[in-house]
Order: sequence, then structure tokens, then C-alpha cells
Amino acid sequence: MYDPHIRINKWNVWYGSDHALVNITADIPAKGITTIIGPSGCGKTTLLKSMNRLLDEMAGTRVKGQVWLDGINIYDPGVDVTEVRTRVGFLAPKPFPLPMSIYDNVAYGPRIHRHTLNSRGGNDHDLDGIVENNLRAAGLWEEVKDRLRTSATRLSTGQQQRLCLARALAVEPDVLLCDEPTSALDPIAAQKIEAQLQALKKERTIVVVTHMLRQARRMADYVILLWMGELVETGPAMQVFVNPRDERTRAYLDGDIG
Amino acid sequence: MKATKVEEKIFLTIMICSTVFVLSCLILILATVIWRGLPALNLSMLLQTPKGGFYLGKEGGILNAIMGSLFLAGGATALAMAISLPIALFLHFYAKRSWHGGVVRLALDVLWGIPSIVYGAFAFILMLWLGLRASLLGGIIALTFLELPIMTRGMDEAINMVHPLLKESSYSLGATRLETALKIVVRQAIPGLLTSSLLAFGRGIGDAASVLFTAGFTDHLPTSLFKPAASLPLAIFFQLSTPFPAVQNRAYASALILTGIVLGLSIMSRRIAGRLTEHVIR
Ligand SMILES: Nc1ncnc2c1ncn2[C@@H]1O[C@H](COP(=O)(O)OP(=O)(O)OP(=O)(O)O)[C@@H](O)[C@H]1O
Ligand SMILES: [Mg+2]
Repeated sequence: MYDPHIRINKWNVWYGSDHALVNITADIPAKGITTIIGPSGCGKTTLLKSMNRLLDEMAGTRVKGQVWLDGINIYDPGVDVTEVRTRVGFLAPKPFPLPMSIYDNVAYGPRIHRHTLNSRGGNDHDLDGIVENNLRAAGLWEEVKDRLRTSATRLSTGQQQRLCLARALAVEPDVLLCDEPTSALDPIAAQKIEAQLQALKKERTIVVVTHMLRQARRMADYVILLWMGELVETGPAMQVFVNPRDERTRAYLDGDIG
Repeated sequence: MKATKVEEKIFLTIMICSTVFVLSCLILILATVIWRGLPALNLSMLLQTPKGGFYLGKEGGILNAIMGSLFLAGGATALAMAISLPIALFLHFYAKRSWHGGVVRLALDVLWGIPSIVYGAFAFILMLWLGLRASLLGGIIALTFLELPIMTRGMDEAINMVHPLLKESSYSLGATRLETALKIVVRQAIPGLLTSSLLAFGRGIGDAASVLFTAGFTDHLPTSLFKPAASLPLAIFFQLSTPFPAVQNRAYASALILTGIVLGLSIMSRRIAGRLTEHVIR
């Protein structure tokens, strides 16, 4: 059918005794935008954080199953977590700039990963270039090019969110996970982020969690619908939105739940 | 009036009362020290070492004690910082979910409450064992023990205040725990870390009992780690215990100097903190 970039297989997550994700099996195709939708508390964030092992940082979580990234189960004991997170970036719902300048925020990742980037043929002397390119890719360059050395906290929320996007892109992830990336933003700032993600999807695999059905309809190439920790339906956006197979999908899309 | 209004009034009154109480204590102490100390304070006191013995002397100054105290508390604070920060980071990043962390925190809280004379006695035993006599180094060791609990717990709290999502940001860029701890969390927690260090310095420079056996006292400036060093709290103690009012007033002058040092340092560290915290997320 299509080429899966991430393959989630019989995936279970518990918070303490709370079974948050139940036997999820789904594919995230390479390139394009996959949206994860579903009512609040159904496990969207949990599923997203499963894909770059940010789940590890939460106390009391337990997992079962596999998450395959390019043919490697990222939960195998031998896997290097930082390597996974370098290849799978994450954009949080609320922007959290690092306590440093705009420039250093974008350069943080590349500086940490000098070795890996070098071995991939990157050039570490060109930090200025890396910073500029990624700020451009996030659509922020024109607004900040004259004040790169000022504190990132002085940016507006919308600008901060684009900075976080630039920061994530600077690590050159193959996959970018976005958790309600526009929920803290006004419509115009939200539109900017959406446009950047649309542009990025040609080269990268993008997964977007969203509350807004309209946003999902605008952006999605593929859809995963969750419902109380279970997978209800997954497939190409056209099929799920136009011709859903499951009764619950129909109800959710019609606005009866969630 | 509604019940909530009354409640608010009561709390407001309590708050004002406690503020007034704390402030008036501070003012009373400062007033006493200034009133009795200021007339006795002069430049030669700041710039000279004692003449004719600190117990009887009204001549000369207390530069020996000023320098001694700065070296003692400064050295101890530097040492304590070097030990506290790793402990605090370890507690937060590696021992968070284990019982070890709880035990260490409990131990620190207990240590915090132990009288300083006990620290002095403990350090003294340690010194005997190491073959050290009463010396600057001995005093620094004792003060380091004294400062460690307050500093570590302060730093621990400062680090715990760092927002978890900030750490998540760093992790999600592929940073390790160590990189996150050193490059992000320490930066973000700098104001709290400095405050903890300053509190510890204040405790160290103001303590007499722990340096009594360990640093000893001398009329000379501290020139070697292995020779005794004078300190302001002991100078004050000795001067106060003489029967001569003129010498007793010099004790108040010394107290004034000690207060001045702590005040000056607080202001200075605020300035430094202001410069270092330009990027801190609020
Ligand atoms: N840190 C946590 N500790 C305990 N339970 C949690 C934690 N995080 C999430 N949960 C629980 O797991 C379930 C799924 O949560 P999750 O955050 O993945 O939902 P979500 O779909 O992202 O919701 P929302 O749309 O509101 O963001 C919920 O029942 C929630 O209560
Ligand atoms: Mg969520």
C-alpha cells in the first residue's frame, strides 16, 4: 500500500494501573502529514510521546509492544535514546524556549550533535548558516535576524513556537512529532505554523496531534483516530473523512462526541 | 460583611503583623549595633591588625578578623558549592524515583538542625585524625560541613522549581540527562543557586562556635592554610567579654563591619544574578 516510516505494533502504555493505550497497531507512512485525532484524554499525546521515547521521562509508565522506526524497535534495550530523539523531533503544545538567546536556542541541538552531524557530512563550522536556514524554514528569520543575540523569552508566543520549530528542525530529524502545535496560538500565528508544516512534509514525516477537526481536514494525508485508548480507525485522509468504516468515527466527525 | 471578606481581613492583619515584627527586630538589632558601634568605628580599625592583644586592646584594628572571616567563609562556600551542586543535580536527575533521594534529603534536613558547635567538634576530630592543628584549613573544613546542608537543600529546591517541560524540550532535541542538567537546568536555576550559596555564606561567616577550635584565633593576617586564622564572630565574642566598655564598643563596631560585609555581598550577588539571568524563563 504505502511505505511505513514508523510501525506501531500491539502497543500498550500504562500510567500506574491506568491502561492509557490498548493494543494499538498503526503505520505512519513516510513523508506527508499523519494526524492523530480523538476526544480529550483518549491517549493522543501518549501515543505521540511513545514515538520518541519521551514517555521514558515520566514517572510510573510501563509499556508493552513495539514501535519500529526504519526497521528498528526503538524500545529494544540496546537502543540509544538520544539517537532516537535526534531522528524523531518533538514540538510541544506550548512553546518553551531554552534559557538562552535566539541564536543559541537553534544552535543547541547542532552543538550537542556535532559528532553525528559531522559523520553525516554536515559542517560544524557553519553554525551561522544552520541557524539561518532553520529560522527560515520555520518562517521566523525575517522577524529576528537583527536580534539573534537577544533572549528568546522576549519573543511573542507565536514567534516562540516557530523558534521551537526551528530548534527542532536544526537537529535534522527525519520525523517531526507535533502535539497540538497551534493550540496556544492566535489564528494568524497558527496559520503560519500550519503553512511551515505543509512545506516541510515534502521531505519529512510529520505527525500532528490536533483537537481541531478542521485543521485535521486541511492538513492530513493520513489519519489515526483514537477513542479511550483504543485505535478506532486509520487510513488515508480521504477514506477516513469521506467514507469512514467505523460508527464511532462517523459520530466523532459529525461532532456527536469529543 | 461576607465571610470571605472577614477571612481576607484576618489574613491581611496577620501578614502585616508578622512583617512589622520581623522588620522591627531587624531595625532594633541594626540600631543597637550602629548606636554603639559607629562611634568606635574608624579607618584604622578596618586597615590595621590589633595592637596589644585583642582582649585588652583598644588600639589597632581587626583586619586580621576581617580577612580571616572572608577567607574562612569564602573558602568554605566555594568548597560547599563544589559539593552541593553535584549532590543537588544527582538528587534531581538520578535519584528522583528511588528511596535514596528521600534518605539523602532527610539526612540533610537533620544536619541543618544540628548546632554549629557539634560541627566544630566533628571537624576537630577529623583534623586530629588528619594531623591538622587549629588553622585556616581546619576552619574552612568545619564551615564547609556547616554550610553544606543549607546550600544543598536550597539548590535542590531551586532545581526542583525548573519547569519539567523545559527539561522535556532539551530531551526531545536528543540531549542526555547530563547535558540537560548542566546546560539547561543550571542556567535556569541560577538565581536560586546563587541565593542558596549566599545564605550558606551568611551562615558560615556569622558562626563562632564551629571555628572556635578549628580555626583558632590570631592577631596576624591569615597567610597560610596551616596557620590559625582570626574571624569576626570570635573577635566580637572576645571583645564583648572584656570588662572594658571601650573594647566592648569595638565589638559592636566589628559587628557592624560583619553586617556590612553580608549586606555588600547580597547587593553584589543580586547585581551578578541580574546579569546572569537575562535569559531565564519566568
Ligand atoms: N503523566 C501522567 N500520569 C498519569 N496519567 C496520565 C499522565 N498523562 C496522561 N495520563 C492519562 O492517560 C490518558 C491519556 O492521556 P493523553 O495526555 O495521552 O491524552 P490526550 O489525548 O493527549 O488528551 P488531550 O487531548 O486532552 O491532550 C488520560 O486518561 C490521562 O489521564
Ligand atoms: Mg494531549
